[in-house]
Amino acid sequence: MTVTNLKLKQDAMPRPAARVIAFTRSARVGSGRPLTARLVAAATNIVPLLVTLALILVAWQIACSAPDSSLPSPTRVLEESWELIAHPFYVGQGVDQGLFWHIAASLQRVAIGYALAAVVGIALGALVGQSQLAMRGLDPIFQVLRTVPPLAWLPLSLAAFQDGNPSAIFVIFITAIWPIIINTAVGIRNIPQDYQNVAKVLRLNALEYFAKIMLPAAAPYIFTGLRIGIGLSWLAIVAAEMLIGGVGIGFFIWDAWNSSLISDIIVALIYVGIVGFLLDRLIALVGRIVTRGTATA
Amino acid sequence: MTKSYLSLELIDKSFERGGTRTEVLKQVSLSVDKGEFISIIGHSGCGKSTLLNIVAGLTQATTGVVLLDGRVADEPGPDRAVVFQNHSLLPWLTVYENVRLGVDKVFSATKSKAERHDWTMRNLELVQMAHAAEKRPSEISGGMKQRVGIARALAMEPKVLLLDEPFGALDALTRAHLQDQVMQIHAELGNTVLMITHDVDEAVLLSDRIVMMTNGPSARIGEILDVPLARPRRRIELAGDRTYLKCREAVLKFLYERHRFVEAAE
Repeated sequence: MTVTNLKLKQDAMPRPAARVIAFTRSARVGSGRPLTARLVAAATNIVPLLVTLALILVAWQIACSAPDSSLPSPTRVLEESWELIAHPFYVGQGVDQGLFWHIAASLQRVAIGYALAAVVGIALGALVGQSQLAMRGLDPIFQVLRTVPPLAWLPLSLAAFQDGNPSAIFVIFITAIWPIIINTAVGIRNIPQDYQNVAKVLRLNALEYFAKIMLPAAAPYIFTGLRIGIGLSWLAIVAAEMLIGGVGIGFFIWDAWNSSLISDIIVALIYVGIVGFLLDRLIALVGRIVTRGTATA
Repeated sequence: MTKSYLSLELIDKSFERGGTRTEVLKQVSLSVDKGEFISIIGHSGCGKSTLLNIVAGLTQATTGVVLLDGRVADEPGPDRAVVFQNHSLLPWLTVYENVRLGVDKVFSATKSKAERHDWTMRNLELVQMAHAAEKRPSEISGGMKQRVGIARALAMEPKVLLLDEPFGALDALTRAHLQDQVMQIHAELGNTVLMITHDVDEAVLLSDRIVMMTNGPSARIGEILDVPLARPRRRIELAGDRTYLKCREAVLKFLYERHRFVEAAE
């Protein structure tokens, strides 16, 4: 009897103890490390990137240094577009605005279209994932529609809305919604039978099941869809804005091309790339916070 | 009408797949008194999990009924709480929230918020898991998860506690510890328990009666063995006990002589 007791104690004791030690130690390492060590760590991460950037700029400079070169070199971009780079918050007449305002206008369209796509996409995805009947009825249609290129929707939505702005928002919506629907449906179809059994034994009603089991269980999949969706939205907005005009980064690029301001296009492209990257990271971050603890059982 | 607390009456279960009909359970009848601890033992594939799912209401019997406390039980519900083999805790909730979810659902009308909190903690204390209330399932060991699963089921104050091979995935020491805990809880609360197992020692140690299933397809109850051992039972003392050994032998003989597991019976 004593032997059993001893073994059981050994079995029960070290686990929590070991875990506590691990937590405090990792916390200490993060906060108590000397500043120089952290600087070194940051440098090892950032130096390769800086070197690559420098190499690209040098290669670009050499390639476009000829006087009759059709594209500007980095130094020429700085020279010609200095006004644009230096005054992102400039406010002028009509489409003559600082880059910040163009980006803000585009982001606003994306925000509205993407938010609608997220709400409708998760709802439709839940329906398709939950019901065999809905899947048979809707999934083939989704599979066909999702292959339609975003811009192909624009003439149709212009005809329907008779206005540029809602048409652009609709294009964002219709672009972002497919990956959200499809990933949500997959996530919900993959909810383990065990969780469904738990819900049945607890007699959760449909609303409780949706909020307490379905959404959290499918959250990692849903956020995969949301992340693909935001990337596609940003891809589509630039193209859509080129066609609808007005303030927005897409039309800014088109306008610059029509005015042969190639340097301005390059500056705008850098903005577009960085904003797209930040959007992707933002959704990834939200996803990490929301799905904390759901990945591992 | 039977007078027993839980009764299974002539349960048949068959699955149909692609035109072929597979009989899983055939004419299973069982009466369980209030406070009894029943084990169901049999080789894998004999349909004992299906039988438990039918009692839980998670699977529908083809014919036959389950009566609990005078009522037909054909839908899942908290009066027949299940402790699942793989714990089935929701990983996005803490240990406390996992138990609280059931408590909130069952006692929403009868207990105040503070009472539901106290009741959740009482049940966690019962399985000695109150210290880990704020941990997530991924942060605790397999044995601890199963204890939380037991707490979740107990907290619903079920009429029958259904245990589906609750200790199958645990190491021997943890399993022994949990078995002792379940025995203690059963002694304290007097629950009616139906437990699926494939462990002969576990069945003899814990049960008042052992239901032995024949091999499938068309499995039925082959024999029911009374375990006339006084409680509280201590595993060390029982190891040499004559009645214990006799019961053990009876189950082993049933399983390995008369109903030896036949691979691919078809």
